[in-house]
Amino acid sequence: MNLRDLLKPGPLPPAIQSRRRDTLLTIGACVLTAVGLWLLQAHTSGYVVHMACVGALFATLAVSYNLINGVTGQFSLEPNAFVACGAYVTALLTLSPAEKEASFILEPLIWPLSAFSIPLLPALVIAGLLTALMAFFMGFPVFRVRGDYLAIVTLGFGEVIRVVANNAQSVTNGPLGLKGIPHLTNLWWSWGLLAVCLFCIVRLVHSSYGRALKAIREDETAAEAMGINAFWHKMLAFTLSAFFEGVAGGLLAHLITTISPSLFTFFLTFNLLIIIVVGGLGSTTGAVLAAFLFTFGGEWLRVVEEPTRLLGWDIPGIPGMRMVIFSLILVGVMIFLRRGILGRHDFTWRWIIAVLGRGRTRS
Amino acid sequence: MTAPPMLEVNGLTVRYGGITAIRSVDIKVRRGEIVTLVGANGAGKSTLLGAISGLIKPAAGSIVYQGKEVAGVQAHRLSRQGLILVPEGRRIFINLSVRENLILGGYFRSRDAEFGRDLERVLATFPRLAERAGQPAGTLSGGERQMLALGRGLMGRPKLMMLDEPSLGLAPLLVAEVFKVIRRIHKQGVTVLLVEQNAAAALGIADRAYVLETGRVVLSGPGRELAADGRVQRAYLGME
Repeated sequence: MNLRDLLKPGPLPPAIQSRRRDTLLTIGACVLTAVGLWLLQAHTSGYVVHMACVGALFATLAVSYNLINGVTGQFSLEPNAFVACGAYVTALLTLSPAEKEASFILEPLIWPLSAFSIPLLPALVIAGLLTALMAFFMGFPVFRVRGDYLAIVTLGFGEVIRVVANNAQSVTNGPLGLKGIPHLTNLWWSWGLLAVCLFCIVRLVHSSYGRALKAIREDETAAEAMGINAFWHKMLAFTLSAFFEGVAGGLLAHLITTISPSLFTFFLTFNLLIIIVVGGLGSTTGAVLAAFLFTFGGEWLRVVEEPTRLLGWDIPGIPGMRMVIFSLILVGVMIFLRRGILGRHDFTWRWIIAVLGRGRTRS
Repeated sequence: MTAPPMLEVNGLTVRYGGITAIRSVDIKVRRGEIVTLVGANGAGKSTLLGAISGLIKPAAGSIVYQGKEVAGVQAHRLSRQGLILVPEGRRIFINLSVRENLILGGYFRSRDAEFGRDLERVLATFPRLAERAGQPAGTLSGGERQMLALGRGLMGRPKLMMLDEPSLGLAPLLVAEVFKVIRRIHKQGVTVLLVEQNAAAALGIADRAYVLETGRVVLSGPGRELAADGRVQRAYLGME
């Protein structure tokens, strides 16, 4: 749609009208969410707020991971590396020199890092950019291979970062980790990041670049024959997802206030992989939905581990029962919704309006 | 009358690991021609097109396209210069809509008015695609998929269009339809390099043709002449 069409007198063409409607609806939804968060902050316990923060950060991670795994179709297994990188960089930048000196007892922290600290926002930006830079250099060897080999190479990188974090004691404090990270992450930081991440990634996916990314997922050779430079498109998706994973890692560090290499094992990647597969590979809204189900589901299922009285029987609580039920749910999803909850589809305003409209005509 | 050819391949050799797929192949395509490559399975036809289009790296030899050496140049650069491959087995993007497939065909072009006109022209050429523009391409039938692959190729504004087995797996009526479309594309000023197993139809529309056997050119000449050649008749046209 070019400028001349917009300037024409008379009613706007339908495409622009519906786009304007979608923008207004999106802004409205953001305002509603903000009000909801404000109510949550004011009227619920710190525990619920904490879980809402975790949910938003995992949604951010899942949406970014889905960009490279689901949209571009490059099966990679390295997000734990990016989250670790973001978490360590941000923590090292915000910790006060006194805290650092107290933490690094085996080997002192190397010089420039030991002498200063900066506020959270610039620290997050630096962490995001450094993580993206790491992804950029990682991309050259990684995208020489495809398919299973890509998964293995990226898995290797994920492990390398963890080993480095364990052994580079003068920077990461080794297995002792970093403690006393200021608790700066709140609802606004985590949900704000999710909003920015969604805005960027949804815009990208619906642009002409996004179409090219999907073409690469469908058939890389055909995409190349069409004039799409597959390598640089993959790099774009990879570095952008690394940026958001790094920033989310930084906020995660400032939410749980203690980080150590054992937090960033392959299990983190594995959990994110479950989230995006359950949500539907390639579906951004599916990733968000599944991330919140995953975060809150685990908490709700705690009920089954408490002793209860059912039909006159006293049932003792069985520890670990919720993981059994959780696994059964996952198996169920994979049997009945083989492509995840949303498949490759996304919630769109048009779809929601159509569903609501159908309900109204029926009643 | 000796205008420089649009495409000139000299001594082209392609190896997959230790196996030589094509050996020292020379072919030439002049502007405005339809040139056909015929040959049995495994003769190296698709390999030759893959090497010309930049998807496969040749081991030796030269490929001159519009006066420039392009051997080893990557595929996504060549398609920008109007050297467009419509790959074997269509290779359409089945989870994207028909319209998205067509738009991707002109990915590197700017989205100007001309782009919109080309899209409309392709949809007018293939009314079936216009009816199904919003549907996922995976819901199309085999013939429609081939039309989509051709339309997608046209969106890249080809100067030389290379078609790899466009009639593969289609019913005879649809094969005739595909060849009609190829003629129409050619009439619009596009040079065509056609690879076909359906030798009778392919030789029928070709200005010139090459016969490939186990990676070498064994015969070449005008399409009609080859169609009348006893060896070609026995090997590819099923005549005694």
